[in-house]
Amino acid sequence: MQVFPFLVVAWIVIVGLYGLITSRDLIHQIVCLIVVQSSTYVLLLGVGYVTGGVAPYFYDIGRRALAVDPVVQALALTDVVVEAAVTALLLSLAVQAHKRFGTLDPHDLAEFKG
Amino acid sequence: MTPKLRLWLFAIAAAGLVACYLWAFGGLPGFGNYPGPYGPEILKRAIPETNATGVVSAINFDYRGFDTIGEEFILFAAAAGMSVVLRRLRGEREQQQDRSPADEVMNRNVPPTSSPLRVATLVLVGPTALLGWWLATHAQTNPSGGFQGGVILASALMLVYLSGESIAFRRFSPVDLLDAAEAMGAGGFAAVGLAAIVQGLPFLDNYLPLGSSPGTVTSSGTIALISFLVGIEVAAAFILIVGELLEQTLLRQVRREGKS
Repeated sequence: MQVFPFLVVAWIVIVGLYGLITSRDLIHQIVCLIVVQSSTYVLLLGVGYVTGGVAPYFYDIGRRALAVDPVVQALALTDVVVEAAVTALLLSLAVQAHKRFGTLDPHDLAEFKG
Repeated sequence: MTPKLRLWLFAIAAAGLVACYLWAFGGLPGFGNYPGPYGPEILKRAIPETNATGVVSAINFDYRGFDTIGEEFILFAAAAGMSVVLRRLRGEREQQQDRSPADEVMNRNVPPTSSPLRVATLVLVGPTALLGWWLATHAQTNPSGGFQGGVILASALMLVYLSGESIAFRRFSPVDLLDAAEAMGAGGFAAVGLAAIVQGLPFLDNYLPLGSSPGTVTSSGTIALISFLVGIEVAAAFILIVGELLEQTLLRQVRREGKS
């Protein structure tokens, strides 16, 4: 099916957003954000796929072998690194919120006038 | 806003989002029919121009090196931001309890690490560090690179912590040394790029000798060098980030072990 990978992307985004909306725990919410972002990996790799193509590494195969697009793979790598950085910062904010207010529930935290 | 109302609003917005998505995806070329031309063009040029058989690395550290330097400084800024957010506030050390209230209620104790787990974990430290080092130094030939290698190098040290040697973890990861390594990795990347400008070339131009043939470790000029520097930066940044998050529990454990 030609569009199946792109439907998977949409599904991952929606599932992650649903989790973000309904979550009652900051850590869980951060994990949901990671889920939303991981849809971009599927999208990038799906866009760059070439039917029958191999990974763009030519160490032990011929130079003229048909390969998938290497640019989106490089972008996916950037994506992963940025996600790790963002997650680390968000987790430290959650730790600090818990220290100060003693709760990780966003509904309770909202009452503390953020 | 009640949770129910929120959920309804989300359902409406999600329906709109899905509709826009499907509309947009309808305009994409079908899966497996990537039209180019950027990717195929780089595939054609990368090996003759850089002698790197790892084309993804050639893009990351050469063709789109400017992107990667920004990416690296995002990681750098995140590590710095974490130490600001998680700095110890005044009087916080006194408030630290030996056990959290949840532990008190359920009358739990932290179980000591069992010997088999400890041995198995410590045995893995060497091979993990070697794998990380190999990945960080072979970006030009194989599917690897500084980012992947750096994370695995950092996880070698996490294994020390997981094996229950929390004091050894502190000793192996002195913050000053890690800060210096992180700054050296990030600054080194920028310096390699600026050295090209000094020679009258564009920023991050690949000015080092490209080596005799593609697929050798010494080939690809600045790609290998930058990948290695990124490996150092990423390893140091991840050890700092994880160490920062572990610090709370570490503080408690070190104190308890000192007491008994």
